[in-house]
Amino acid sequence: MSSMLIDIASWICLLAGGAFCIVGALGLLRMPDFYTRMHAASVVDTLGAGLVLLGLILQAGLSLVAAKLAMVGLLLFFTGPVAGHALAKAAMRRGLAPLLADADGALSGSSSPTRKQGAESPDKEDTPSKP
Amino acid sequence: MFAAATLALLVTVSLALARAVLGPTVFDRLLATNTIGTCTVLLLAVIGFLTGRPEFLDLALVYGLLNLVGTVAVLKFFHDRQLDDRRRQREATR
Repeated sequence: MSSMLIDIASWICLLAGGAFCIVGALGLLRMPDFYTRMHAASVVDTLGAGLVLLGLILQAGLSLVAAKLAMVGLLLFFTGPVAGHALAKAAMRRGLAPLLADADGALSGSSSPTRKQGAESPDKEDTPSKP
Repeated sequence: MFAAATLALLVTVSLALARAVLGPTVFDRLLATNTIGTCTVLLLAVIGFLTGRPEFLDLALVYGLLNLVGTVAVLKFFHDRQLDDRRRQREATR
């Protein structure tokens, strides 16, 4: 009886995780600019991965496999934000402007990278040296 | 049920692949690549259960590590235009 309950819980987790993954990928495909796409893609890293791994852990029971799955989850938990932060920082440094809406809801801003001309980079050492 | 999760992850990978092909900037492509990497880690874990071979989890761990290193290396390349820190310092002091 309890094993059936655990099976049902694991199935629900796996299906919900798969659904969140698809939703995140749809957002990745449909969102209008880079930063909103990053927001959508983080769903895959957090809820999608977390629920799929939780479903697998419930299926594995208390064993070495569950420990390895927990290690995979921990790895994704730490590397996802690191990669996201590096990506957003590199895009900002490169001068990729976020798409903004003004008061009457019209979208403004460019989604194409335009190099800023030194004025908005306070730290001179960190700007890439142009050959 | 593992087959359904596998299918969902494959759909996710193909949508992210479409973004990687369409992506107007290099950062969109990198974001899509990172998402594909995460999905591959999950896919390896689920396929390990689907075929009854949990040894696939070790591959998933290694792939997760390589995914982070790859993303950060490509970002560093696009940030500094080179991967060699010592050369960058030499050019800065010159």
